[in-house]
Amino acid sequence: MSRQMTGAKMVVQALKDQGVDVVFGYPGGAVLPIYDEIFLQNDIRHILVRHEQGAVHMAEGYARSTGKPGVVLVTSGPGATNAVTGLTDALMDSIPIVCLTGQVPTFMIGTDGFQEADTVGITRPCTKHNWLVKDTNKLADTLHQAFHVATKGRPGPVLVDIPKDVQFATGTYTGPREAKVSHYQPKVKGDLNKITELVALMEKAERPVLYTGGGVINSGPGASQLLRELADATGFPVTSTLMGLGAYPASGRNWIGMLGMHGLYEANLAMHGCDLMINLGARFDDRITGRIADFSPKSKKAHVDIDPSSINKVIHVDIAITGDVGHVLEDLIKVWKSRGRKVNKDGLAKWWSQIEQWKLKRCLSYKNSDKVIKPQYALQRLEELTRGRDRYVTTEVGQHQMWAAQYLGFDAPNRWMTSGGLGTMGYGFPASIGVQIAHPDALVINVAGEASWLMNMQEMGTATQFRTPVKQFILNNERLGMVRQWQQLLHGERYSHSWSESLPDFVKLAEAFGWKGIQCKDPKDLDDAIMEMIDYDGPVLFDCLVEKHENCFPMIPSGKPHNEMLLGDASTEGAIQAGGAVLV
Amino acid sequence: MPGELTQSRNEDSEGSKFEMSALKIKKGSSSHSAYDLRDPNAEVIGSHTLAVMVDNEAGVLARVIGLFSGRGYNIESLTVAEVDHAGHRSRITVVTTGTAAVIEQIKAQLGRLVPVHEVHDLTVEGPSVERELALFKVAGTGEKRVEALRLADIFRANVVDSTLESFVFEITGTPEKIDAFADLMRPLGLVDVARTGVAALARGV
Repeated sequence: MSRQMTGAKMVVQALKDQGVDVVFGYPGGAVLPIYDEIFLQNDIRHILVRHEQGAVHMAEGYARSTGKPGVVLVTSGPGATNAVTGLTDALMDSIPIVCLTGQVPTFMIGTDGFQEADTVGITRPCTKHNWLVKDTNKLADTLHQAFHVATKGRPGPVLVDIPKDVQFATGTYTGPREAKVSHYQPKVKGDLNKITELVALMEKAERPVLYTGGGVINSGPGASQLLRELADATGFPVTSTLMGLGAYPASGRNWIGMLGMHGLYEANLAMHGCDLMINLGARFDDRITGRIADFSPKSKKAHVDIDPSSINKVIHVDIAITGDVGHVLEDLIKVWKSRGRKVNKDGLAKWWSQIEQWKLKRCLSYKNSDKVIKPQYALQRLEELTRGRDRYVTTEVGQHQMWAAQYLGFDAPNRWMTSGGLGTMGYGFPASIGVQIAHPDALVINVAGEASWLMNMQEMGTATQFRTPVKQFILNNERLGMVRQWQQLLHGERYSHSWSESLPDFVKLAEAFGWKGIQCKDPKDLDDAIMEMIDYDGPVLFDCLVEKHENCFPMIPSGKPHNEMLLGDASTEGAIQAGGAVLV
Repeated sequence: MPGELTQSRNEDSEGSKFEMSALKIKKGSSSHSAYDLRDPNAEVIGSHTLAVMVDNEAGVLARVIGLFSGRGYNIESLTVAEVDHAGHRSRITVVTTGTAAVIEQIKAQLGRLVPVHEVHDLTVEGPSVERELALFKVAGTGEKRVEALRLADIFRANVVDSTLESFVFEITGTPEKIDAFADLMRPLGLVDVARTGVAALARGV
């Protein structure tokens, strides 16, 4: 079915044909024709943001909580440049985003026109792919390709730059079925020989560990289901990166907690001491590996990843399987079953008793107080009072993010949205709005620090306008907590610019936008205050005044291996040596 | 190459043993990239010729070059031209250097770019031929001029322009042959050089 229509109409038609129901955007001169078409229809809902960075983070929240691509529509020049942080965030965390930008008309490109920027040039390194469309007849095809590239293989952000004259001109629309077949078809099935090799190692392994990442979530709910099947059938312990939380349930029998710089003692020691590491959709990030030379020295390593460039990039592996985690797990389980469901029972029993020993360390224990709210306590109460509800959690970046990962439990995928790779302060609040737009009846909580939260606080208006009852749970220590922690450990307690000066009265700020504001500073009042937040039918700004100098433990200092963790009560003086100081 | 990658990355961590600080980074270790802190002597660094088949679309060269500069890889030589006009397909020949692990990573990174169809490492995939074309302008009179002409003949360079005081020679060969010719021409009045960079094909079928 091809039809004649304007480029602007094609954009709306292509979005409809791709099954898009929400667009996050902000109008401007170079996208006015598209906004005109949006005005004339009711199928696609447009969420007006207050800043383009917010639009991309909302689209990320939407995408991560639904598994569908998030769509962003912004204008040329500053609209596009404001979107760059969000696009980079989505690239690092492999989130499918389709960003449409307006551009000055083709005949003005290169003249430094008003609100002109080299958008495809600027976004080339921070998108999976991008296009500048100069011919209306190619627009529809490009838009369909954009959705294909964003969602196939390792997902990521794509951008289509559309000059204003291309939006006005008339051309032929082609539907997704007639679109040119892209040569971009990443391999999803893993090599069966390699999978069989891995099964052979699994049958003998004495100390195996499943190290899972965001790839399991991105592969879809089926992959999480298969991971559970594999772990439960084999009895192998499961740990996960920050990105992969929820793929294996936190309440599951084999769960040993998150690993990495602020991961659990038992998880990191299991990684260090294992004899078989099975990496499913994770990428040996530097937050995970610590000192490369001492990373899990005695293990055979297998790596399943859909992106061949992730394999052997940081850590050399013995078995490399390129493919989609879901497909590979399916084959892996089949092969393992067909060979008689063998595991090394004695070895595993010893391994588990070792892990139970490590668990006795109780690495997440902290000194509670009845005078001041400890951030860990606040999150424990939040977990207790919201568990079992239809709950989605986003976070900002910093100490609160790590505590949230440690103290909140996720039993399903797509319930935990946090900026992992890029570490974008200001991510969580807009992301929570995006999640709430996708799940209007769910309980959506953004666990935040006051400094991060202020970075995108302009989106309060968006939340009010679109009646998203998002709960902003701010652990307010009046500090840039993680920066302060590093300055304490590494920079001689010189707290250079790491305190939050001139903070607003958060309750009044909430009221100014028509929200509910709650402040809580006494541990005795905390439960009631949290319940008040949950029960309120509307957005809530929860100002939780917490202990100001709490540090986040356990911690693997930069440049140290997994078995040299700092625990809560340990002396932290000189913990990071000069060599570690150059690392971040 | 099992083991090589881990070895090459050890340097980051060894830094901590030697009390290295940010300001005491070994001189010269970051000559290729501001972020490259690896000891260049850690592992054998080889030169590899890669042939990259790409869609000839707007920005494709910027994408490839941006990948090299953004990730701190080297480009020794780069040539690009459309080789299939009907299919809008271009061939990029890039000569790069790095350890075996880095070269593998470069190939994987290139391979995942959307407009890239194929990546071939001509250096490891079997025998290949490499050729480069260069133009040399040599100015001089008398014995030097005669000597330049004589050497050009030995190197099978053609004279493509001539005045009473100068020649322009065209020479084709491996980059080493062209380097050798340049060395000979320098004392004889070499004024200007233009080189195309390497074009390469695998031998046989």
